[in-house]
Amino acid sequence: MADISKQLQDEVLKARDSGHKLNIVGGNTKAFMGRDADPDAGTLNVGEHTGIVEYHPVELVLTVRAGTTIREIEAALAEHGQALHFEPPHLGEGATIGGTFAANLSGPARPWAGSVRDQVLGVRLINGKGEHLRFGGQVMKNVAGYDVSRLQAGALGTLGVMTEISLKVMPKPAATMTLVQDMSLEGAIPYMNQRAAEPKPITGACWVDGKVYLRLSGARSAVEATANKWPGAILEDDGAFWRSIQDFQHEFFAGNDVPLWRFSVGSIADNPGLEGSWLIDWAGSQRWFRGDAEQSDLEPMARAAGGQVSLFRGGDRSGEVMHHQPEALKGIQRRVKNAFDPDNIFNPGRLYSWL
Amino acid sequence: MTTKPTVSKAQLAEQFRSFIDPRFVITDEETKKPYECDGMSMYCEMPLLVVLPETVEQVQRVMRICNEHQVPVVARGAGTGLSAGAMPHKEGVVLSLAKFNRIMEIDPLARTARLQPGVRNLAISEEAAQYGLYYGPDPSSQIACTIGGNVAENSGGVHCLKYGLTVHNLLSVEMVTAEGDVVTVGSDGLDACGMDLLALVTGSEGLLGVVTEVKVKLLPKPEVARVVMAGFDSVQNGGDAVGGVISHGIIPGGLEMMDSHAIVAADDFAKAGYPREAKALLLCEVDGTEEEVDEHIAQAEEVFRKFGATTVRTSRSEEERALLWKGRKSAFPAVGRISPDYYCMDGTIPRRELANVLTRMEEMSEEFGLRVANVFHAGDGNLHPLILFDANVPGEFERTEAFGSSILKLCVDVGGCITGEHGVGVEKIRQMAIQFSDEELQQFHDVKAAFDPAGILNPGKGVPALRFCQEYRSLEHKQHKQEQTEAAHG
Repeated sequence: MADISKQLQDEVLKARDSGHKLNIVGGNTKAFMGRDADPDAGTLNVGEHTGIVEYHPVELVLTVRAGTTIREIEAALAEHGQALHFEPPHLGEGATIGGTFAANLSGPARPWAGSVRDQVLGVRLINGKGEHLRFGGQVMKNVAGYDVSRLQAGALGTLGVMTEISLKVMPKPAATMTLVQDMSLEGAIPYMNQRAAEPKPITGACWVDGKVYLRLSGARSAVEATANKWPGAILEDDGAFWRSIQDFQHEFFAGNDVPLWRFSVGSIADNPGLEGSWLIDWAGSQRWFRGDAEQSDLEPMARAAGGQVSLFRGGDRSGEVMHHQPEALKGIQRRVKNAFDPDNIFNPGRLYSWL
Repeated sequence: MTTKPTVSKAQLAEQFRSFIDPRFVITDEETKKPYECDGMSMYCEMPLLVVLPETVEQVQRVMRICNEHQVPVVARGAGTGLSAGAMPHKEGVVLSLAKFNRIMEIDPLARTARLQPGVRNLAISEEAAQYGLYYGPDPSSQIACTIGGNVAENSGGVHCLKYGLTVHNLLSVEMVTAEGDVVTVGSDGLDACGMDLLALVTGSEGLLGVVTEVKVKLLPKPEVARVVMAGFDSVQNGGDAVGGVISHGIIPGGLEMMDSHAIVAADDFAKAGYPREAKALLLCEVDGTEEEVDEHIAQAEEVFRKFGATTVRTSRSEEERALLWKGRKSAFPAVGRISPDYYCMDGTIPRRELANVLTRMEEMSEEFGLRVANVFHAGDGNLHPLILFDANVPGEFERTEAFGSSILKLCVDVGGCITGEHGVGVEKIRQMAIQFSDEELQQFHDVKAAFDPAGILNPGKGVPALRFCQEYRSLEHKQHKQEQTEAAHG
């Protein structure tokens, strides 16, 4: 538990003065994500910048240094019966809140509980000029200034070094049950959406290996009443199943030899006609595909489904791994990057080759 | 930021009339008049002219012309904003999106709605009701305010704690940039690759682009909602009870608090049967399935009694629920009846500071010689002090503004912020310097320039010029010194 923000700021200023680049690293559990890191850049280690700064359970707000591990945060919340409702993936013991937010990673509850980006209320960040800035706050509603905090979600650290993050936290649900039944992928997509359109306490909808899984959580009476009403068998030890999805431990995700693609698309869109194995999560909004393919071949399929595709893990990471951006948005993002990091110090080329 | 248009009013109007129905290019004083202010009518300005385009292509052409000639553009929805964010620029164009008022598509299975920006907030839920769905954020102005304005302000409402703000309920926004490009940020998926520009644009008060289409998420309408009303004989007990409910693991659909002034005014107005002697009143609405609501209502009643509630009443019918809410929902007009004018403030505070903040506000009320009534979105810490004043008494509005400014400073001092949902606009531009440092404000200016290099979109709003901040801070400092000196001698 240490505040090393001054040291981080000094390292940024030093890099700026000497014209060096920096790869920002927390627990180093997401090195596989994004494009290949610049081998000539130095390492800025945020993993030592740890500790809970403020936590008021009745406010439902937690402020934590960016290098704090997800495990440590969850343990502190659990003491008060609370949790991170976006269900962060544990990509190794060292996974930090800063990295999770920079990569915008959220688990199976995301369509109902919101993403990590949705829960973020404020950040402190060191920009490329070495200025330590504060945006957002520790309250649920704050519309003063632009939402620079949530802008960081998915930016893969290209805009600055996050040092502190304030998050909304929520009570743990009193009860959870999961219903499972056999179903085809084509049948499961409308089925999951039909269930999600009912006013019932649904917090998970996933299809894998010919089975559809619906999770119910909330007040015990409501969970039990819905489980009795809806078809499907009650899954024993359902916590283990959902953890395997949340943490990429399900055998669908095993092995690095076959590339893992992520489609973020409209929840009811027809599934792309691709040969290979699929895992459908988020009631159809997040679809994982294992197979060798070209990004340029998959993008039209993702667009037809109303969304985008990215090469999440494996494959060739020297080219683009994120969905192509139209020219106008490319221009805006280049200028936003320049607004935060005019000397292009942070994570060069990690998000896109042109950033 | 100052812009010097390089075109005359007549030339501009002529150019617009070449592609927009001439009736919708307004140049005469009388027809322009209704556009001179938004819901914050203390701040007025007549625009150079007003245009009401009907197609996205027309919006693009307006933007290209204005960008070329450095003409300021203020986009406008229903004009219900409460921070003068839509106040015109005297050398600029008001770009009204009033003609973009179509619900383009509701997809009941995907639970989404595709909307033009001028669609009213409430109209979305009314249209979605046939599918058992509704749109979450419900600002008090929902009967009139538009979804485009909601995006600009990141509007909230009474259900934010559970259902989030506008930013949590959007899938994508199509907008025209200052340079006239059409871009879509977000997608039909729940996230998109790259920087989260959708979050950045939401709440940007019309400074980054002109919204031309919005896709929102819809939610299944809860099976049932019931409300518990609880009266307390102290603000402290009421505030603690809010924490008690949340510590119990209950996230209410709505959780509102009123102070004694607001209770009496609202009860006089709505005859809601509120306990008029109470110092604080809580309305706690629980929604969900029948079973869940029964379970949580019973727990909430118990918690309120434990925290010393002097009255506890739970709605037993939809009529009773509506009546209990009627008082709260009519709190503003109710206060309007007991004073010639009122000024609605909007700050947020950590909930634990509530009793402290209300006590300090009572003291300030005496110092400034102005009454204040409080309604509070207790679940999410958003405070709406209503300062009562009479605009016809010389100097009273200035005193009201000073009082308001002190309240916002207090909010920041206790760890909150200067605006929860009304935005900065013109109204709170000076207070930005309390919440942010010069480096932070400069970062905002740099972000703005990334979207709008010429600075034509809503100039003078949202983020203050740095020179102005220094003057403001030194003025505050001087006042503070003076107060200290007076106190020392008093």
